Amino acid sequence: MAALWWAVIFSGFYHGINPGMGWPLAVSAALMERKTSALPKALGMLALGHFIAMIGILLPFSMMMFLVQYEIEIRVVAGVLVILMGLYLLINRRHPKFLARVHPARLALWSFLAAMAHGAGLMLVPIYLGICAIAENDTGHLAIEQLLSNNISTAFIVAATHTLAMTLAGGVIATVIYYWLGLKFLSKTWFNLDIVWALSLVLVGAFGIYAALNGH
Amino acid sequence: MNLRPDPTFHASAKLAMQAPVENYAFTVMLSPDGEQSDGIAVVDVNPKSKTYGEIVHQVIVDYKGDEFHHFGWNACSSALSPLTGHAFLERRYLIVPGIRSSRIYIIDVKDPLKAKVHKVIEPEEVFEKTGYSRPHTIHCGPEGIYVSTLGGGGEDGTDGPPGIFIMDCETFEIIGQYEMDRGAQDKHYDFWWNLPQDYMVSSEWGLPPQFENGVVAEDLLSNKYGHSIHFWDLRKRKNIQTMDLGENHQMALEIRPAHDPTKSYGFCGVVVDTTNLQGAIFTWWRDDDGKWQSKKTITIDPRPEKPENLPPLLQGFEAVPPLVTDIDLSLDDKYLYVACWGLGEMHQYDVSDPMNPVLAGKVEVGGIAKGTNHPNGKPFVYGPQMVEVSRDGKRVYWTNSLYSTWDDQFYPDDEGGQMVMANNDENGFHLDKDFYVDFPKGYRSHQIRLEGGDCSTDSFCYPNV
Repeated sequence: MAALWWAVIFSGFYHGINPGMGWPLAVSAALMERKTSALPKALGMLALGHFIAMIGILLPFSMMMFLVQYEIEIRVVAGVLVILMGLYLLINRRHPKFLARVHPARLALWSFLAAMAHGAGLMLVPIYLGICAIAENDTGHLAIEQLLSNNISTAFIVAATHTLAMTLAGGVIATVIYYWLGLKFLSKTWFNLDIVWALSLVLVGAFGIYAALNGH
Repeated sequence: MNLRPDPTFHASAKLAMQAPVENYAFTVMLSPDGEQSDGIAVVDVNPKSKTYGEIVHQVIVDYKGDEFHHFGWNACSSALSPLTGHAFLERRYLIVPGIRSSRIYIIDVKDPLKAKVHKVIEPEEVFEKTGYSRPHTIHCGPEGIYVSTLGGGGEDGTDGPPGIFIMDCETFEIIGQYEMDRGAQDKHYDFWWNLPQDYMVSSEWGLPPQFENGVVAEDLLSNKYGHSIHFWDLRKRKNIQTMDLGENHQMALEIRPAHDPTKSYGFCGVVVDTTNLQGAIFTWWRDDDGKWQSKKTITIDPRPEKPENLPPLLQGFEAVPPLVTDIDLSLDDKYLYVACWGLGEMHQYDVSDPMNPVLAGKVEVGGIAKGTNHPNGKPFVYGPQMVEVSRDGKRVYWTNSLYSTWDDQFYPDDEGGQMVMANNDENGFHLDKDFYVDFPKGYRSHQIRLEGGDCSTDSFCYPNV
């Protein structure tokens, strides 16, 4: 159980470090507005967008999990979905062009769309389903309403914890660059994580299937 | 696919100025009569090199009669913006359109000495997918590569207005028209933008029948060339304001916004004021209410001249108009270079206060009824025209041809192509005696691009700090 919660936090750090999830935009926003208060504001907007993207993906799964008898099947299908998204990103190396049409100041919208396009929410699904399954085993058989409400609140806690970790990681990088290292460091810290990201999806999906079939 | 951003991606203009200097320049070679194929000359601009100031490689294309003019990079520093979604492109390809043929060449210059044609886009594809013709200015932007055109559809390019189309920045597929609401815009020339502030500015030359066979004097004297600039909501693709500079201000050409994206102003050069033959620079800016304003901040007077010394086109005026045909702004937004193609002068203005430019330096070379030689004693035909400033602002390069048929009208006795360079150092603004590129016989020269980016290509998404 603890391992899965750590996975939620680590996936948050991972997303936060990825420039594709927006920390360079926070630096840019603070510099453009010429005031430091714009930095936390921008990070907040990015976090909001990311949180909505996470919860938007997790909630439908939390609804499905009340079909207790199909729990394993649902987890396997979810794992397959995540793997497919990873494979799709591996094969289709083109970047989502519609992101370019978002106004630079609309950070929450941008963050939401970027997270959706990169399957960031999907990466959390196997972890989340694992947490739900364990919680259920621990508590024994509950009424369906109780189960559903437990799952939904778990979804919110998972999304919030993940987003907090993400904002912390991205925020640290953005702050260090903004205050100390300067823009020159921007091009040095920037890595192309596309392939690693896609492989992470495949890995997390495979883990989800494995865990479902082995009753964890 | 790179794992790191391209080394020539500079987050801000200030960082671009500090980056390593250019070793090569890429310059258009155009055959004015279409006898030979056009090409791109690779010029060695490294003073430590044995072949300094020489054309060290030529990419000559297969077709004839394209008439190369302006060109640009597939990617510039703005690709670094995470918003563009393609931060790991390479600045590697030059997009070179034929202004007469509407054919577009993609030239791979990864290894400048082995530069070669990577892809050719045939005119039919341009016509079919965009409804435009005569592609001109290239900028890399948020949705791909933006290409301005001078003509609409049909044989003479007057079937519908010209505009901008977008190309995919990785596959070079033409995607389609940019505009969703062009408002009053019916002519086109140059365009540029401020990406974080999300605005674009575009300008007007004239329609193809007004320039392809030479300047049409009646059209000019009746103020029928372009005299408006247009302000756009860049991502909404919508014309938000059309600003008429006054119909006597004929041919509003180059648009040069301040490079620092926190600034909301820029410049536009006007070729000729038909009431007094002056050349002019307008400063445009956004006021506190968000409305765009402009003011004429530089005027350059014509020079009186005896009619017998003048080409037939100008004899009636008994004067040489300055003909402001290109301008370029240094990356620190400090100096504006103004090419006076008629006078044979390159002006350097200090525009630290954009509303009150001050003439800081001047170089004389070429010119109508003057023909000042280069300091090395060799001729410089026509006048100073396409100007490109090095990123560090210390070297200013320029060539001399304006446009094939116009060269022949204003300089009927001249022929050839030269590229020269002026230093901007502790001794002021002065021509470098040792840098003089004479183009191969039968070729003229036009726009210059510098390795690693220059002052009229890169858009920056981060302010100078």
